[in-house]
Amino acid sequence: MTETLRRLVRSPQGALALLILAALAVLCVLGPSLAPLDPEKINFLARFKPPGAQFWLGADQLGRDVLSRILVGARTTLPMAVLATLTGTFSGAAIGTVSAYLGGRADEIIMRTIDAVMAIPALLLALLIVNTLGKGSGNAMIAIAMAFAPGMARITRSVALAVRQQDYVAAALARGESGGWIVFREMLPNVAAPIVVETTIRVAFAVMLFATLSFLGLGAQPPAPEWGLMISEARGFLHQAPWVIVGPGCAIALTAIGFNLLGDGLRDALNPRDER
Amino acid sequence: MSAAWFLRRCLFIGYTLLIVTLLVFGITQALPADAAVMLLGENATPAALAAVRLKLGLNDPLWLQYWHWLSGLLHGDFGISMRTGQPVGPQMLLALSRSLLLAGGAIALTLLLALPLGISAALRRGKASDVIVGMVSYLGISVPEFVTATVLLILLADRLRWLPATGYVPLADSFSDGLRHLVLPVLTVSLILVAHISRMMRSEMIDVLHTDYVRAARLKGLPERVVLFRHALRNALPPVITIVALDVGYLLGGIIVVEEIFALPGIGRQLIAAIEARDLPAIQAGALVIAATYAVANFLADIAYALIDRRIRYD
Repeated sequence: MTETLRRLVRSPQGALALLILAALAVLCVLGPSLAPLDPEKINFLARFKPPGAQFWLGADQLGRDVLSRILVGARTTLPMAVLATLTGTFSGAAIGTVSAYLGGRADEIIMRTIDAVMAIPALLLALLIVNTLGKGSGNAMIAIAMAFAPGMARITRSVALAVRQQDYVAAALARGESGGWIVFREMLPNVAAPIVVETTIRVAFAVMLFATLSFLGLGAQPPAPEWGLMISEARGFLHQAPWVIVGPGCAIALTAIGFNLLGDGLRDALNPRDER
Repeated sequence: MSAAWFLRRCLFIGYTLLIVTLLVFGITQALPADAAVMLLGENATPAALAAVRLKLGLNDPLWLQYWHWLSGLLHGDFGISMRTGQPVGPQMLLALSRSLLLAGGAIALTLLLALPLGISAALRRGKASDVIVGMVSYLGISVPEFVTATVLLILLADRLRWLPATGYVPLADSFSDGLRHLVLPVLTVSLILVAHISRMMRSEMIDVLHTDYVRAARLKGLPERVVLFRHALRNALPPVITIVALDVGYLLGGIIVVEEIFALPGIGRQLIAAIEARDLPAIQAGALVIAATYAVANFLADIAYALIDRRIRYD
């Protein structure tokens, strides 16, 4: 564990990832007190003010400070995305590992049903679920978790399938170990590394999916300073004030880059074959 | 790959579609909207509402409604749109043909760019070209379609005026104009896929290059070209194919947003309009058509998987 962490910090991408994510964590905790101006204060005299001394990243269509809204917005996006991903990953990984362990007909039935659920793209499934549950951040989070589970199950299963054929699983079977022991003590630890990597990368997807749902009007609701919602609201004014779109767009990208870098860094750090 | 295996896969497609119909019906029928109120408006008289409910069969038990819907589907009847009063089926199939044009273009562009990029990055691991490809792909993978689309719109359409901002022109009407309208949507959808798949190709390739059998092949003195293509690539490709197949689902999702932004009247835009109007038959048909497209793509990926990696057997 400490060995993995040490390798992670030593790689440039891992160090950069930790730096970005630490900054984001600080934003989530301190958000409002870091914002230079009130993110919700409407100021019609400042409409479409380009970036400058007063508004560092410009002002939006209601004269609100874009930078303050982005800083406060981290809170509305990040915890949701992480929670949604963790929920989706745990349920998916459990299904996938169990399915691979069972094998045979049960595996076939579980995976075909998973395939069927996955035949509905994540965004579409999330759209349908949010529409059913009602728009809002909490429901968008549930929808993302449900949309992630089948994909995680499939990936876990393909890794676990390879693990299952290893000699140490055969040895455990020959020793007469119980099913639970084999799944949790022999198989899960060996499928964990790719799952951790995939989960980290999926947080990036969750951030994007959440922003997309908000962009489509189904996630966070106005006047929340959610990044996707900010872009959606500013879309009608992209000719007058492109900076209102650029700011939150960069925030989404930077967050996603942070988690993607961490995923790649972890992948290298967790891969013991990569010793040099 | 035996005939029996192939037949069984065909049966599974049927099973997949059955589960999908159940899911789509289950989710959409739980929508908190009264179809009759939606059709007639808020001020309709109770008598008129009751009549419409009777006509649409909304009073029947759910399983009966499902059965009516399913048997209609089997006869090619997707129902009547509540928004337009027209049959949904032909409308959706026309929309699908436009979306497939977009999706096909995006996949072709993606494979053409992503596989060579990923492989070469893996071979030059740590060199400048690897780092550059890596940085660009991080950016590509980290920007959602609606941001890419909006930024491309600002740059290429609003500022530079190279391309039309929105709209759709059938290729049959004007090939060059139709193509110009497709450039921005295809670019937007491909960007994220190229980034994702080249990353996957790179890391799978790096994994495989560190295995014993690749080392053994090198020690045997095989030419590097043979080691790369016969030993390494053959084992690195199957996981990537799975990822590509998974990404088709992502692609179909991305199409929904991209079509909405560029006003391309494909299946995604139809679906968003249907969801906004709570047009049940159209939502169901749209979701079903997208799911069926994805099921077929998965089927093809499974066949490719079995052809490339003969160690995987599905029996």
